[in-house]
Amino acid sequence: MLNVDSIKKGLVIDHIQAGKGMMLYKYLKLDKLECAVAIIKNVKSNKMGKKDIIKVEGDFDIKLDVLGFIDPDITVNVIENDKIARKINLKLPEKIKNVIHCKNPRCITSIEQEIPHVFYLSDAETKTYRCLYCDNAYEER
Amino acid sequence: MLKGRCLIDPMDFSLEELDGIFNLADSIIANQEEYLEVCKGKVLATCFYEPSTRTRLSFEAAMLRLGGSVLGFSSAGSSSASKGESVADTIRTIGCYADIAAMRHPKEGAPKVASINSPIPVINAGDGGHQHPTQTLTDLLTIRSLKGKLNNFTIGLCGDLKFGRTVHSLIKALSRYENVKIVLISPEELKLPDYIREEVLVKNNIEFEEVYKLEDAMEELDVLYMTRVQKERFFNEADYVRLKDSYILDLKKLEVAKKDLIVMHPLPRVNEISTEVDNDERAVYFKQAKYGMFVRMALIMKLLGVE
Repeated sequence: MLNVDSIKKGLVIDHIQAGKGMMLYKYLKLDKLECAVAIIKNVKSNKMGKKDIIKVEGDFDIKLDVLGFIDPDITVNVIENDKIARKINLKLPEKIKNVIHCKNPRCITSIEQEIPHVFYLSDAETKTYRCLYCDNAYEER
Repeated sequence: MLKGRCLIDPMDFSLEELDGIFNLADSIIANQEEYLEVCKGKVLATCFYEPSTRTRLSFEAAMLRLGGSVLGFSSAGSSSASKGESVADTIRTIGCYADIAAMRHPKEGAPKVASINSPIPVINAGDGGHQHPTQTLTDLLTIRSLKGKLNNFTIGLCGDLKFGRTVHSLIKALSRYENVKIVLISPEELKLPDYIREEVLVKNNIEFEEVYKLEDAMEELDVLYMTRVQKERFFNEADYVRLKDSYILDLKKLEVAKKDLIVMHPLPRVNEISTEVDNDERAVYFKQAKYGMFVRMALIMKLLGVE
């Protein structure tokens, strides 16, 4: 069994669907952080069978909104003094910027590379996000 | 307050704001001479990245009739886009020369990009198959003026309901008014996209029905909105040829229609309305084009904050 030390202060992002840990690492731009980051893959889970966990230690400023978009079942614990100080409830963000890209070949973003890819939440029930510019719905493929 | 705002999506304005525009348009129609100089000294830029004579001339006529001036380009080739300039940079530059801009672009969302980066109000004059909000304002003003109301009527939308952006925008806009029944008339291949049916019609409890034949709906209609099957929206020539003659309105079909029906069309027409219909009192599509100019006059005034 692989052991990763518990952290004194930081974040534990748990219940990530197995295999999606690296994707979150990228979306959360954790590569830009100076602090210690652990990605633990394929951890046994009673609830999920297998899951990924990310631990980030230290003081940092990361935007967690995007987690709600990727998977609202992910849990985020804030650790202070070796203990869970609070849990962050994830919700669907109203806007996501430069996380997903518009795939509509008729969209202006298809010919102008400098434009940020922004999506807005158009229907919370169906978790539908649409491109800010062309209103095309985002579909994961 | 509409001063300084942009119009990108037909739903950008509230019903009260739309009423303000329509009331001003009514006033312009009734007292045109009073508005001849209200935009004197103001400049409208028409930024047309693809040709559209009708819409461009309508905007230019609107500004000229308000006493303003017009500059612009009428194809991507004659703009700096051909040198690779971005929409954002173009509008920032044009914003130095003009007070307001109308933009048509073949790519969806280009006017939105412009509006985010623009120092002056931007009006979407059509972006690909996406939106054409001033056409929607035209349609609403036409119905309001000729039927006297924007509620309690039945409208038939006929032809290309799949790719027809004017129809999509009009349906969205009408969903905000009370007791408007919508009859969708199209062949199976050109039916209204599911997302509009679900997100607009079903969600807002709009009464609607879908029929395949114009004859099945004609008797109950107060407004008939005809559309053209547009070649440029098809990826496949064979599909276009097969579907282009799906629905043709002629005097025979109009026989059973209400006497006070109005027949609308965003123009240009190809053959979907037989020319014999033009002389029927119910044909209002050329009047509609005139309302289009008046509503653009009102819109320009509102966005410039000129009273």
